[in-house]
Amino acid sequence: MIAYLAKRLSIGLLTLLLASVVVFLALEVLPGDPARIMLGMNASPEALEALRTQMGLDHPPLLRYLAWLTGMLSGDFGNSYTYSLPVIELVLERMAVSLPLAFIALSLSTLIAVPVGIFAAARHGRAADTLAMGAAQLGVAVPNFWFALLLVYVFAVGLQIVPAGGFPGWGDGWGEHWQALRALILPAIALALPQAAILARITRSAMVEVLGEDYIRTARAKGLPWRIVLWRHALRNALIPVLTILGLQFAFLLAGTIIIENVFYLPGLGRLIFQAIGQRDLIVVESVVMLLVATIILINLLVDICYAIADPRLRGAR
Amino acid sequence: MQKLATAFGAATILFASATAAMSERTDLVLGVTLEPPHLDPTAGAAAAIDEIVYANIFEGLTRIGPNGQVLPALAERWQVSDDGTVYTFHLREGVTFHDGTTFDAEDVKFSLERAMSEESTNAQKVLFSAIESVEVADPATVRVTLAHPQGSFLYNMGWGDAVIVAPETADHNREHPVGTGPYRFENWARGSSLTIVRNADYWGAPAALEKAVFRFIPDTAAAVTALLSGDVQAFPNLQAGDALPQIQADPRFEVVIGATEGETILAINNGKKPFDELKVRQAISHALDREEIILGASSGNGVPIGSHFSPANEAYVDLTGSYPHDVEAARTLLGEAGYPDGFSATLKLPPTDYARLGGEIVASQLREAGIELEIIPMEWAQWLEQVFTNKEYDLSIISHTEPNDINIYARDDYYFNYDNPEFDDVMAKLEVTTEPKERQELYRRAQQILAEDAVNGFLFQLPKTGVWDARLEGLWENAPIQANDLTEVRWAE
Repeated sequence: MIAYLAKRLSIGLLTLLLASVVVFLALEVLPGDPARIMLGMNASPEALEALRTQMGLDHPPLLRYLAWLTGMLSGDFGNSYTYSLPVIELVLERMAVSLPLAFIALSLSTLIAVPVGIFAAARHGRAADTLAMGAAQLGVAVPNFWFALLLVYVFAVGLQIVPAGGFPGWGDGWGEHWQALRALILPAIALALPQAAILARITRSAMVEVLGEDYIRTARAKGLPWRIVLWRHALRNALIPVLTILGLQFAFLLAGTIIIENVFYLPGLGRLIFQAIGQRDLIVVESVVMLLVATIILINLLVDICYAIADPRLRGAR
Repeated sequence: MQKLATAFGAATILFASATAAMSERTDLVLGVTLEPPHLDPTAGAAAAIDEIVYANIFEGLTRIGPNGQVLPALAERWQVSDDGTVYTFHLREGVTFHDGTTFDAEDVKFSLERAMSEESTNAQKVLFSAIESVEVADPATVRVTLAHPQGSFLYNMGWGDAVIVAPETADHNREHPVGTGPYRFENWARGSSLTIVRNADYWGAPAALEKAVFRFIPDTAAAVTALLSGDVQAFPNLQAGDALPQIQADPRFEVVIGATEGETILAINNGKKPFDELKVRQAISHALDREEIILGASSGNGVPIGSHFSPANEAYVDLTGSYPHDVEAARTLLGEAGYPDGFSATLKLPPTDYARLGGEIVASQLREAGIELEIIPMEWAQWLEQVFTNKEYDLSIISHTEPNDINIYARDDYYFNYDNPEFDDVMAKLEVTTEPKERQELYRRAQQILAEDAVNGFLFQLPKTGVWDARLEGLWENAPIQANDLTEVRWAE
């Protein structure tokens, strides 16, 4: 188990280093001068030069890469060009929105998807299965921004029970916490449903496959109640593909909320990175991308550990 | 007894309505599309900065009013020497900055010298180019000496880039702006909103609003739903697109279509073949149908222009008839220029709606005249680098939003690659002319030269579509300068 983890971890670190090179190079070749974007079309060449010096853009690329890398190793992610604030401060601010949002959405999608998937598999081929999977098919097909707008029109414009968008901040006191949570309800649902649809389909097909295995028939033949066969024997073995998708989804949720964050104008990580690319706030883009890469590597590591727990055969094998 | 009761009742009602009036709404949430990168208008060109701080947090010696006029601000009045080179500003007394420090002549000297200095990152440094020296005569009087008379000097001092800042706080204005305006900065939740509150110690009439929140909503659909749900009560400039008729029909809202200083043009690379040929540029102008472009690119709102000048300006001349829409004339001109079968070129478009939508229409109109355009959409940073800085382009569509910016055509090395000594001459004269009549005459001449040379395809003046709660008063109809001045904004009773 230890050797297995050590190997996974070293692969992860290597991936991080490679990612840092790729990210830096990609942004280096991207056209666009951050100073020009800040000062606009009427700026004089002297003012541009002065700003470039202020931003440290007059140093050669290799030097800037090394400074960035060593900075990150010591926990210093640099200062944003546009906001002139430490990148880490910006990221933490945004995490306070994105992380809870991703977490709520993921919990919501799991709570919906896994029971629906099991239910459909247990009634494999019957009307209930067809209905559940039809709904899931629809959920996969509907684009989440459109679904989000629909939710806004019904619950914010029509019924006016939740705000149409924006985020008031977590604040202090339960009243303000509740207001903040209320602002995340619609975005979380909009994010969760398409995810739930995918997850339900995966759960169902994994369960259907497992339910066809010989040992299930044996368990049934032994006279075990259907409920126990389903939840204890079948689900545990069907979990591997479900976990894989869950791991991928969390990473996707964290990084891929750009559209939902725009529809609900939430100040999350997705918005930050989107704005930063437009303004060529390279240092922010680089650092946030690295952070996301690190998160995804970490989640994959966690999923690997979960595999090992779910399937003991994997512990020694890799 | 009966009478007394009635009188008492009436008094109660009076009292009740009086308190109702007193407890009128004093808060406002405004929606803006772009979040400013920081809040120092003297160190960045982003319109989003001025749209929050101008006239609300920061003030200059002069200010630009709702119709583009120059008004006194921190300078109560001024005198100009007979040769037009010495401006004596008499400053308002009893003005304090939001941090409690007193405003005086030293602050003016500091601010102007800071903007002119070598390390200055002021995006509009050219505004200060004529200043030779700034002297403090006494705490309430500043004398500014110019190297030569400058007709636009008082106007220049009204820009957001020329606001007065305090030496103690200037370096922190990016995150925490400290000015002299009727509102003070309260907080900025990055990515979400920015709050300003009434400045109780303001030198002028206090603002009616106690608190104003600018909420950043980049997405059009989200902006419309925020308005409909009542989360946001005003959008000073909303690109509502297809949703506009729905909002116009709703009695809760008022839709006000005003003008901006944005001349929207089909920019032409005058230095590149075949566009260096006057006949080719004239052919392009003939091929354009402005009405159709305005309809498609700007929902039918926007005044057609025939040169690079705002129709709202006193010196405006209507030159839209110089090259009427005439495909045959365009083809003939192309033939005379040696392109009887037309040619092909590229059209590089920045990400704004008017450019992307207008681009399609321009391409189809030019195709009729025989010019095949390949449309290349670009993001803003790419556009600034390729088109604006490196001049690697044939045609582009862009709105030049700075007020009174016809002088860009006289700049060396500007991306139009246009060079006409006669035009440069008019601009040089304009720079040193202070007499209003003569200035207008020069402006007219300048517009005519640009139209004759068909430097660019002049399309339309970009509209400002203000949408707000019908009970709100005092928001600007036009945008003569990039600002959302909340000084006069109040809820009607």
